Amino acid sequence: MSTAEATTTTGTEVMTYREALRLALREEMERDERVFLMGEEVGVFEGAYKVSAGLMDQFGADRVRDTPISEEGFVGAGAGAAMLGERPVVEIMTLNFLLVAMDQVINHAAKVGAMFGGEVRCPMVIRTPNGAGNQLTAQHSQSFDGWFAGTPGLKVVAPASPADAKGLLKAAIRDEDPVLVLENLPIYKEKGEVSLDPEFVTPIGLANVARTGEDLTIVSHGFATVRALHVAEQLAADHGIDAEVVDLRSLRPLDVQTIAESVAKTNHVLCVEEGWPSYGVTAEIAARVQKACFDDLDAPVERVGMAEVPLPYAKELELAAMPHEERIAAAALATLGRAS
Amino acid sequence: MAVTVPPRTDQLDRDTRRELYETMVLSRVFETEAERQYKAARIGGYCHLSSGQEAMTIGAMHALHADDLLVTGYRSHGFALARGIPPEAVMAELFGRVDGCAHGRGGSMHLLDPSRGYYGGWGIVAGQLPIATGLALALRRQGREQAVLCELGDGAVNMGAWHESLNLASLWDLPVVFLVVNNLYGMGTAVERASAEPDLYKRASAYRMHGERVDGDDLDTMIEAADRLLTAAREEHRPAVLEAVTYRYRGHSVADAGLAYRSKEEIAEHQRHDPIVREREKLLAEGVSEEELAAIDTHADERVAAAVQAALDSPAPQPDRLAYGMHGVGSAEQFARMRPGSAYGEEALTFDAGLGA
Repeated sequence: MSTAEATTTTGTEVMTYREALRLALREEMERDERVFLMGEEVGVFEGAYKVSAGLMDQFGADRVRDTPISEEGFVGAGAGAAMLGERPVVEIMTLNFLLVAMDQVINHAAKVGAMFGGEVRCPMVIRTPNGAGNQLTAQHSQSFDGWFAGTPGLKVVAPASPADAKGLLKAAIRDEDPVLVLENLPIYKEKGEVSLDPEFVTPIGLANVARTGEDLTIVSHGFATVRALHVAEQLAADHGIDAEVVDLRSLRPLDVQTIAESVAKTNHVLCVEEGWPSYGVTAEIAARVQKACFDDLDAPVERVGMAEVPLPYAKELELAAMPHEERIAAAALATLGRAS
Repeated sequence: MAVTVPPRTDQLDRDTRRELYETMVLSRVFETEAERQYKAARIGGYCHLSSGQEAMTIGAMHALHADDLLVTGYRSHGFALARGIPPEAVMAELFGRVDGCAHGRGGSMHLLDPSRGYYGGWGIVAGQLPIATGLALALRRQGREQAVLCELGDGAVNMGAWHESLNLASLWDLPVVFLVVNNLYGMGTAVERASAEPDLYKRASAYRMHGERVDGDDLDTMIEAADRLLTAAREEHRPAVLEAVTYRYRGHSVADAGLAYRSKEEIAEHQRHDPIVREREKLLAEGVSEEELAAIDTHADERVAAAVQAALDSPAPQPDRLAYGMHGVGSAEQFARMRPGSAYGEEALTFDAGLGA
């Protein structure tokens, strides 16, 4: 441990989600020589979304490694380096581009531990923003969270706040297994209190009750949690409804226990995600809840997600498809049998 | 970019040649037995045999240093044996037993032994190339003067992963030799029916990388070429493509008779130049007696019989070890809160490596 680390304050500071990610990367790279960042435009360009700004100056081009546009190649190279004890953090510009590397993620990195009988591990982090908005259209507006979270061998986390952006990314880097960190473009600029303690991590597999309430449980992750928290305040102000928001933080492992404890109190569940609901995260939550919480439910589990179309360009159409706050609020009221 | 390391001129001494011959014979006998055990339903899944390719395999493995790394596709029994994995551990893996090199979790396609630098046995065509590239990147980052040998088949060179890996390896000066095992057919499709440039080694030039083609059925040629390119990888950090032309006698896998796309006459013609026979003739010329050669055959038979017995004696993995190895230290606590409402019952899964395979 360096002197700088040993003397770091343990207070907090208000910073953006983007800055929190950068702080996590900087701290982990200072702590552990094996940690390195690679991806398209992470070095000279300082990141397509500026998450890695300043890191190449501090750590050099070897540890902040620019790659060609070659996701299958460098995601697989990350997996291979991890198998030899490195701690690569691979940045993918957006989740949509990870599709061309799916063979390396699903057929390779995710298989290393089990398929080789525990003889070798693959401690790789892939971090990438997902989600929709800003008229990015069909090929750049997708969320496949459920695809990855449904794959044994992977871990998937989705920070919704600056604090968790730091804590979960650090936990992912320190983990023994491949971890996908799902970030969100719209939250990069969100601000919040973040611990300055270099040993602060957010445990993987632990959901967060982001808002306590008595009447309804809203289960969400990533940007959907930001929306859910806004909706909860509106519901309180406009309808006197006290909603609890369970922010999943981790999709695999999934903290069903925290959801079940919340449902035992509220008896009503609304699941929200940014992606398409069919076969999605909300489908999984609904299936688990109906089994784990059957006696506690006073109404069917309700879901809100992206309209099931490739996202169109026109602003009006994009808005119509998105799981925006009005749709979430209307679903919350419907779940409770209240008119909107 | 030219490789500047000169060709190796020293010849194999007689003892080394005899040892390599023993491994070639062991590989052939092992695979003949594997096919027999497959047909007796003791081996399942896919089982890809490499009979006929022994000079390529054993030659490349002889050139690979003990601290170098190896990555292969799924036709890898010979590589595993030549790398020194005991035949017992390979056969037990084929049988799906706990004493297999992957504790019965991988089978024929996913052999490995990290303690011998062998990082798998991968089953998706060309998928192992980015992995090998990453291993080579790690070697560079760790300042180690070692190389990675990445085996692939002729069918892999038309995959995107091939192009992306060669580009990265050359761009970043990574110590990896891509060994293209050109056995003339990707499954049942002849190379010239699949590749617009059937001189596969030439494709290296697109990445400013050295490429060459050798007779993969001649042990000395294989050793010389693999040694030269691996040395350049270690010392100059330059990757290379080594195309070894060889022939597999058996079908693509045990399930394929191998006759839909080639004739019996073609196979017989290749068998007339059998790499084991070629080595046998060299040994006889060097004064090794027929009796010694017969003893080598007998010894291989005995070792393979012992491997079968060991595999039979090894227990099956227990169902409560279903998730063994999947996740690393600390994962059991992470997954503990996933149990309510689970479809399968995650409580049945344990990720605790301490419990054993």
